[in-house]
Amino acid sequence: MAALTMRRKLAILSDAAKYDASCASSGTEKRSSAGTGGIGSTEGSGICHSYAPDGRCISLLKILLTNFCVYDCIYCVNRSSSNVPRARFTVEEVVRLTLDFYKRNYIEGLFLSSGIIRSPDYTMEELVRVARSLRQDHHFAGYIHLKVIPNATPELLAEAGLWADRLSTNIEMPTDLGLEALAPEKRPAEIRTAMARVRGKLDEAAPDSKAKAKPRKFAPAGQSTQMIVGADAADDGAILHRAAGLYSGYKLRRVYYSAFSPIPDASARLPLKAPPVMREHRLYQADWLIRFYGFDVPEIISGGHDGLLDLDIDPKLAWALRNRALFPVDVNRADCEMLLRVPGLGTRSVDRILVTRRHHRLRLDDVARIAGSIDKVRPFIEAADWSPGHLTDDSKLRARLVPPPQQLSLF
Amino acid sequence: MQLVHLHALNDFDEWRLAARCLLRAGLEPDEVVWRDPYAEPELFETADPLPDGNRPVNAVPPAFLALAQTVVSHSDPQRFALLYSVLWRLQRDRHVLDLATDVDVARLNKMASAVRRDSHKMKAFVRFKTVADDSGIARFAAWFEPDHFSLEITAPFFARRFDGMNWAIVTPYRSAAWDGNQLTFGEGGSKADVPSEDAVEDDWKTYFSSIFNPARLKVAMMKSEMPVKYWRNLPEAELIAPLIRGARESVQQMIERNASQPPSRHLRKLERLPEPGAPFAPLTTLADARAAVQNCQRCPLHEHATQAVFGHGPERGQLMFVGEQPGDHEDLAGQPFVGPAGKVLDAALIKVGIDRDRVYLTNAVKHFKFIPRGKRRIHQRPDGGEVQACKFWLDLEIAQVRPRIIVALGATAAQSLLGKPVTISALRGAPIPMTDGTILFVTNHPSYLLRIADQAARETERLKFETDLDMVRSAAEHLSPALDTA
Repeated sequence: MAALTMRRKLAILSDAAKYDASCASSGTEKRSSAGTGGIGSTEGSGICHSYAPDGRCISLLKILLTNFCVYDCIYCVNRSSSNVPRARFTVEEVVRLTLDFYKRNYIEGLFLSSGIIRSPDYTMEELVRVARSLRQDHHFAGYIHLKVIPNATPELLAEAGLWADRLSTNIEMPTDLGLEALAPEKRPAEIRTAMARVRGKLDEAAPDSKAKAKPRKFAPAGQSTQMIVGADAADDGAILHRAAGLYSGYKLRRVYYSAFSPIPDASARLPLKAPPVMREHRLYQADWLIRFYGFDVPEIISGGHDGLLDLDIDPKLAWALRNRALFPVDVNRADCEMLLRVPGLGTRSVDRILVTRRHHRLRLDDVARIAGSIDKVRPFIEAADWSPGHLTDDSKLRARLVPPPQQLSLF
Repeated sequence: MQLVHLHALNDFDEWRLAARCLLRAGLEPDEVVWRDPYAEPELFETADPLPDGNRPVNAVPPAFLALAQTVVSHSDPQRFALLYSVLWRLQRDRHVLDLATDVDVARLNKMASAVRRDSHKMKAFVRFKTVADDSGIARFAAWFEPDHFSLEITAPFFARRFDGMNWAIVTPYRSAAWDGNQLTFGEGGSKADVPSEDAVEDDWKTYFSSIFNPARLKVAMMKSEMPVKYWRNLPEAELIAPLIRGARESVQQMIERNASQPPSRHLRKLERLPEPGAPFAPLTTLADARAAVQNCQRCPLHEHATQAVFGHGPERGQLMFVGEQPGDHEDLAGQPFVGPAGKVLDAALIKVGIDRDRVYLTNAVKHFKFIPRGKRRIHQRPDGGEVQACKFWLDLEIAQVRPRIIVALGATAAQSLLGKPVTISALRGAPIPMTDGTILFVTNHPSYLLRIADQAARETERLKFETDLDMVRSAAEHLSPALDTA
């Protein structure tokens, strides 16, 4: 076989990586190359350097080291029974590409994953070599996200965390049954054990005020995971329940939901239709409510139907419409927790309401200026000059708040 | 009317100096006209010298200084006047900035966020191109057109990021350059001042088009985050229109094409796999059971626990302790009794002189049962069905380890071993002979001690727990004097 050009490899191995939803480069330690003669910096919040027409940001060089894989996971374009073109980068090639792109300010760093070749340890070792070379040989201070290969030895995991900002192990499917059906060679317990090991290392690295010695740092941007949505029959309740369990068990920073999207050379067992992007969007909103708004999974699911979130309205509005007895909320008196439950008020708006109301009583106009838009908020609040009256209980309220249908994608 | 002519477009210190003079002189905002260097002077207009005065000037909140430093980079000619007007009001009311609803404050906040966004977009969309050079040191240059005067506040970011590079960013109003040591600013320029191409650009375009998933077109989203006005300086932007045009067709083709015959590499692998439906090997050793329990799906608990936590200890032993189920720590570590309750047990074992290394420790249920609550997992007591389902594994352990004495820690463990619901208080304090010849002791689960808030009560219970264990030790010694009494 003729050797592939570098550019051809790049095409194959970035195409192979595009189904992983995670892209963030945020939340790591502050770091720069100032005074080192190297390149790279991270300043907390990540930067999206470009956007693809699929609306997703391009922040990191997201590629696979290789798309050869010994596993045959049906949902995956790189499964061993697929006939997609195969390629493999050398460690040096990935390092060079990362630096070349970074120096032109195309990217924030590298997100490196890989098909599993030879053994989990061999594959993980290759990923670690790339990160080690970037950090040690090139003084690269940019962002690095490495994929954890479940079942690789804890020693490799420990080293990966020394070089990487973030580690991720994909849970893949919302339920073990789904994973068993679509990825027969993957063991759910092995995936979760890998996450538990990362969590253990993160705990060890957490600064302890009592200890004198500073612990060695480990993956300062924490760990994340990805779940494929819509490839099997799992409902949103199962998905969010799984996510809540992962957040609480493994200190995950993020769970990424990836609407199953048709892949080339796909098995007939897969739903080959437009990816359920609206469902994915609602799941992200629900996830947000769990992490920042104090909602629990049963509450969120109770806003939808039969274990599925309402696709027409966001989950917070859906919950509020089902719990109208708790409204209206007085913006001049209500506590923070209850204000956070008002549709249309985000954490920042609530903070500003709390500060402003110390000085004067808020009128509806004030809330409108703070929230940016008042339509969704109005039926659920009371203000100095406003009471929604029967509006809160109006049976047509939902119909009024559903946004007009719009075209979301080509399908 | 006082005319203030500023020399710089966005020099906060220059504005502050002028503003302080105006405040000292007691000039009201509408008595002052601010001119920046871009403003066309009106006919016969000349700058007045700054006034003198000795009125006291109050300190302003730090938040205002931070806001003003950002706002001076805005392109709105009114920025200086607006800042002075809010500064004037701050002299009388320190809380003006807290009023998010105030028209002036809202305008300032909006201007500041426009500047921050502009600066952020510069960080994102500057594209460096290699400058041809014989020196051997790579040099890079970029052309960027900000909406506001945000180069000065953004350039330090590039200096921190690209320390080991020589680079320049040219904008219409100013340029910034870094030589590896120092950041300098100079005249503005034009697009022609930087190279039009770069050797890596085609790789970047290859990446951009390959990472795009045609099945998920969301053009509006892309345009809101990457406004079209930036596209003319982004090398990848020329690909966007053709990618969108071809999206529908490429997805359709992909869907219509059926899965092909798997490659021979895959078929060879299949041949090496064991026949499906091969009979399960019987579990004849502890090691077999330890491996097999990881695939246990006898009850739903496996789904959310990390892993099954099997027993730990000697393959053959006289003493076995059975707890309820693994907790949060045990679930993560895959080992029984390594969490806080395990520490309590350890301390008690040492106190009464039982060597933990000679004890087989396990649980009635092998998977952790919990409900997620924020960032914590709250332990849930396993129900009868779950205990019953897991008895299979406990029986296997008992059959292999062949203990002479079993200690049930807590009601769940006692229930599993006795096959019926029991209360600890009724059973503790005396050996219970079992039909298979082993002796059962029942006591509290060590986590019970951790839950007692009252210190005196906890101390009493701890002594009772140790008394129970001491009885176990003497029973074990009676069976075999060789048992360590370290």
